[in-house]
Amino acid sequence: MAGMAAAAAGSGGVPGARVDWRLAAPLGLTYLAFFAAPFAILLGISFYADAEQTRLGLDSWTKFYGDAFYRKVIFDTLKLGVFAVLATTLLAYPLALVFRASSPRVQRLLIFIILMPLLTSVVIRTFAWIVILAREGVLNQTLIGLGLTSTPLNLLQTELGLVIALTQIEMPLMLLPLLTIMNQMDQNLVDASRALGASKWRTFFRVILPLTLPGWIAGATLVFASATTAFISQSVIGGARLVYLPSLIWQQSMVVYNWPFAAVASLTLLFTVLAGIMALGWLGRFARTS
Amino acid sequence: MQRSTLGDVGYSWIIGLLAGLGILILIGPVLVVIATSFTTSQTLKFPPPGLSLRWYGELFNPARSAQIHTAALNSLWVAALATAIGGVLAVFAALAISRVARPSARVLEASFLSPLVLPTLSYGLAALMFFSVLGIRPSLNLLIAGHLVVIAPFVFRTTLASLSQLDPALLEASANLGASRLYGFRRITLPLIAPGIAAGCFLAFISSMDNVPVSLFLSTARTAMLPIRMWGMMETTLDVRIAAIAGVLILATLILMIVMDRLTGLTRRMSG
Repeated sequence: MAGMAAAAAGSGGVPGARVDWRLAAPLGLTYLAFFAAPFAILLGISFYADAEQTRLGLDSWTKFYGDAFYRKVIFDTLKLGVFAVLATTLLAYPLALVFRASSPRVQRLLIFIILMPLLTSVVIRTFAWIVILAREGVLNQTLIGLGLTSTPLNLLQTELGLVIALTQIEMPLMLLPLLTIMNQMDQNLVDASRALGASKWRTFFRVILPLTLPGWIAGATLVFASATTAFISQSVIGGARLVYLPSLIWQQSMVVYNWPFAAVASLTLLFTVLAGIMALGWLGRFARTS
Repeated sequence: MQRSTLGDVGYSWIIGLLAGLGILILIGPVLVVIATSFTTSQTLKFPPPGLSLRWYGELFNPARSAQIHTAALNSLWVAALATAIGGVLAVFAALAISRVARPSARVLEASFLSPLVLPTLSYGLAALMFFSVLGIRPSLNLLIAGHLVVIAPFVFRTTLASLSQLDPALLEASANLGASRLYGFRRITLPLIAPGIAAGCFLAFISSMDNVPVSLFLSTARTAMLPIRMWGMMETTLDVRIAAIAGVLILATLILMIVMDRLTGLTRRMSG
């Protein structure tokens, strides 16, 4: 009996076990009151036609989606998320491969290096990049010192600077699931591929990449969701010239006080992130079946 | 054959270089901020022209940095209460659905984890509108409620993971020996899942201290929160005290992280 229970637990559940609703209720009700209800209010307010919230109508929605400027803001936000995913992937995969090949001592050190930025406040990480990317900053001093450029580059308030900063800020989110799945990967498959004469590149693209794809998808989901909503990094490093959905939401709700319009932008951000997550999940299923 | 070995050498070089760049990008900014916090200069010039504790002195000056101190205390208070209340609720919820294979359990699990992937910024605005429609004035209690919702999933997730590793034979043995369910929970389940709960609470606390998207909408001048205050300082004057705050926070996080690692094996837990 105990053996059966243990076997069942291994596969995820005990047969006949039911949800204990008395224990689930406190958090469930808290979520209903403080999570689901606010979103319902948000949706409701988006159907006011004017900033004073006197008249109902779809005006806020049509104004938002009818204007090329706001459509570009949606596109730029999506693009920023995609760039952040690509940049973190480019650096996280090599780092995860090195991690896998390292001794336990080095692995502990690497985990520490990865966790350190994750546990350092996002505001501080953003601040660090101001110190680095500024005209008098580390990067410009180094480039001038190496004779690579004579005039300081302006990286603050550019999309490139923002993507560089977001790469560091979001990289731990990509690395942690990737490291987990790399550690679970069967080394025999890699060895077999090499023994059969495949080059290291071929082994990476045909064996390692498909095997670690679920970890990448988990990481990419977190990076995408986080980069598209990184208000402080976007507003401080991107500056006023680069407008993304979060800064638009903040401006419309706290500066302009057009709540219906802010609600539309906010729901758009929600849908954008959900669409990104669903696209990544679909990619995962597609990769598994093909 | 020749070409494949050349390619293999290239592979090792490229992987090594990119991994090195990755490590540099991860750790570099943290080191730069720490170095900057000891500068003698008025500006964020790097490398600092001289080293001193000037900006730490400035930061701990009760008169000149009073606003920062208030914001820091507010943040600590909100993080402590949101973690404590959210933690208890999350542990109950994890116990409620652990080892249940029914669809209802999967739906509850996905709902309880949803604040981790949904954009919290959308939630922040939604919460502001919700409280304003109800006519509730902004206060630290509202911030606690808002933070609680977004940080409870951390405790829920780690507790659920700990519960799934628990050997049910232990509880069965205790029941067979005549122990009540509550006694079994207190003497067997709780001690075994405590490290998981602690690790979750640690992440929840850090994430509340660091929260921007909810505080951005729910905090006011009277209920200032530390990250929002720092954002304000960054937008207006690039005050070097921000670097000193960074130094203090990094040191505090480091100490907490080492303590948590000793107690719960946090780094092991995070790497799976």
